[in-house]
Amino acid sequence: MGKKLLLKNDHIPGINTLEVYRANGGYSVLEKALKTMSPDAIVEEVKKSGLRGRGGAGFPTGLKWSFLARPEGVPRYVVCNADESEPGTFKDRYLMERIPHLLVEGMIASSFALGARTSYIYIRGEYFYIARILEQAIDEAYKAGLLGKNIFGSGFDHDLYVHVGAGAYICGEETALLESLEGKRGNPRIKPPFPAVAGLYGCPTVVNNVETIAAVIPILEMGGEEYAKIGIGKSTGTKLISASGHINKPGVYEIELGLPVEEFIYSQEYCGGIKGGRKLKAVVAGGSSVPVLPADLILKTAGGEPRLMSYESLGEGGFATGTMLGSGGFIVMDEDTSIVKNLYTFARFYHHESCGQCSPCREGTGWMERILHKILDGHGTLKDIDLLWDIQSKIEGKTICPLGEAAAWPVAAAIRHFRSEFEEYVTHPERIRDIKHYYRLNASGVTAG
Amino acid sequence: MPKVTIDDIPIEVPEGTTILQAARMIGGDIVPPAMCYYSKLKTSGGYCRTCIVKVEQGSEKDPRPMPKPVASCRTTVMDGMVVRNITSVENLEARAGVVEFLLLNHPLDCPVCDQAGECDLQDLGYGHGAQETRNDFPRREFEPIDIGDKIKLHMNRCILCYRCVKVADQLTDGRCHGVLNRGEASEISTYIEKAIDNDFSGNVIDVCPVGALTDKTFRFKSRVWYTNPIDAHRDCPTCCGKVRLWNQGEEVLRVTARKDQWGEVQDNEDGSPAWICNTCRFEKKHINDWVIEGPSKISRHSVISANHYENALRNIKADTLKMMGAKPHGVKVELGTGALDPNNNK
Repeated sequence: MGKKLLLKNDHIPGINTLEVYRANGGYSVLEKALKTMSPDAIVEEVKKSGLRGRGGAGFPTGLKWSFLARPEGVPRYVVCNADESEPGTFKDRYLMERIPHLLVEGMIASSFALGARTSYIYIRGEYFYIARILEQAIDEAYKAGLLGKNIFGSGFDHDLYVHVGAGAYICGEETALLESLEGKRGNPRIKPPFPAVAGLYGCPTVVNNVETIAAVIPILEMGGEEYAKIGIGKSTGTKLISASGHINKPGVYEIELGLPVEEFIYSQEYCGGIKGGRKLKAVVAGGSSVPVLPADLILKTAGGEPRLMSYESLGEGGFATGTMLGSGGFIVMDEDTSIVKNLYTFARFYHHESCGQCSPCREGTGWMERILHKILDGHGTLKDIDLLWDIQSKIEGKTICPLGEAAAWPVAAAIRHFRSEFEEYVTHPERIRDIKHYYRLNASGVTAG
Repeated sequence: MPKVTIDDIPIEVPEGTTILQAARMIGGDIVPPAMCYYSKLKTSGGYCRTCIVKVEQGSEKDPRPMPKPVASCRTTVMDGMVVRNITSVENLEARAGVVEFLLLNHPLDCPVCDQAGECDLQDLGYGHGAQETRNDFPRREFEPIDIGDKIKLHMNRCILCYRCVKVADQLTDGRCHGVLNRGEASEISTYIEKAIDNDFSGNVIDVCPVGALTDKTFRFKSRVWYTNPIDAHRDCPTCCGKVRLWNQGEEVLRVTARKDQWGEVQDNEDGSPAWICNTCRFEKKHINDWVIEGPSKISRHSVISANHYENALRNIKADTLKMMGAKPHGVKVELGTGALDPNNNK
């Protein structure tokens, strides 16, 4: 059994209520921190822990916190990014639904460390019922004196609000999130200035993922140095992985970073192997925007080393043979999956979610979707595959926010690793129309991948 | 003062200058094209991505190159920065990609568009565009709408530069139009075709880089290159009253603000932009309303300056002679190898 930090009390019935949460040691870490630690000491512990942002980019949290500008007389804000919309990722939902007080406690501790009098949880519109769960938790905390004035008699005042978004993927980008929180159209801002200098209402702001903020509590509980001992290399601590796709046991798993990918997919403790005993074809390791990897490259790196669930190991080989840990949306595809069809689904998503602010993403995402649709319909040509490649290269890196990359990377990776499958679609359109092919590529005699 | 090198040309600029402004101080071919940036409008720029440049060296202190191309209109220079624009093939390719995206859904209806001849997208297409489109899907279509009785919106032609939104935010006392919907379906619009009614709303026409917002009092009256641009002024209680008349003979077909070499509204003596009011723009269409100052000099748009046909012919003749070198007779000259300069940059 791997070590569990965030979900260690997950099995206890009623852990979503304040009573049960406190009975199991909840808010004791916060009490200790507020009474005995200085804000800077908390930042220092987080730095020592080596915690990296769990939202996808993996930026060191302690470093991010130390960038926060602290001008006199200007309020600072902590904003929790609960706009979890990446296809394949549902870990924050699980955490907030089951243990909402862990996030509330983390928010208070983080805000104390950063000197924020007010903080916000920005939650996606589709998680409306979770917003209610959080609001209930916050109400309980206010009643118990854990929020509001003079928390634990430490003299620290804090107010926490939940803000429900209107359901746009782009509002998970931190500056678009801030715009939306301010009541504007959720368009990403042009950086610099970064939120650490001018964020919410023009004030210094830290935006962190739900899991990152929740992880602050175990870090304070065990100490940064102890936390850093878990995991491997610069990937410290535990990570929630949302496992989905053709596996026997889909769900949210807390793993120690550094777990071999093979063990994660096949062991009974985690995914429990591929459904129906079929072969593994490909894995999208960190949410729909990271590059897809074929079975041989996800289990072993190009150098023959076993691939581990960590920022470094998954990233090994760059995008040529590697991928990213991302937000931990682990999508497993078996041998019968059509990569082209899967890619079309992703492309359609990014087309739908592009905010339309900058031209490469606005125009390019729709174009890629239409070409993929054409290929899927059996009207594609070999030239279309090259065109797709060219379009993605002209979107990547040319956009205001990372949505451009998120749309371009899956296309690039699918063509890089599964070009033959695209060619199959183009050169044998009659097989696409075969109903058997629609469900199972191999059944019609086509060798996939 | 920070020192920046753009395409191997060093220049010292004041603190806080953007790469694009620094390039404009140098001038010439190295200036990145800008479709959405408008120096007179705060927070404009960064959207269209045509002005992207490659930063080879971030600064003296931190010489690392920037990992991605940056929007030169929104990136401030640092001391020791090294920027590549037209000397980087990679950058030009990236820009060509952006131009392709901008033209992807553009109707290319230049023959019936009032903006043709003074259109930034047309210039950009000539300079960086491909010969033909690689898009074989139907283009995005919107119905043209009237926003007020003086302004027509052709959303098909719009490149979503947000300039008109910024004008409404910063010049008028209440914005009632903006961007609706998102992604590819984004459109500039008002709710329920509400009229834009404000003293300075007509400036959205001047800032529009394409033919999306056009002047209904001028629509289909003439091609711009058949009109004579003349600088004129009047004593206006609302605005500075300094305008450019576009005449055919004695008839005033159109009134616009005066624009500088970057296609932006010129400054007044006090440094404020010389925006004009709707009365000057739409109502004063008689030559007697104005005090004439003289013909305007326009070097930016080839076809308008070609209005002064003599100039264009003189240029071609001079270029031809230069190419023929010392031999004045009997040398065959191929046109299109430098003599013609469609964007009239030289």
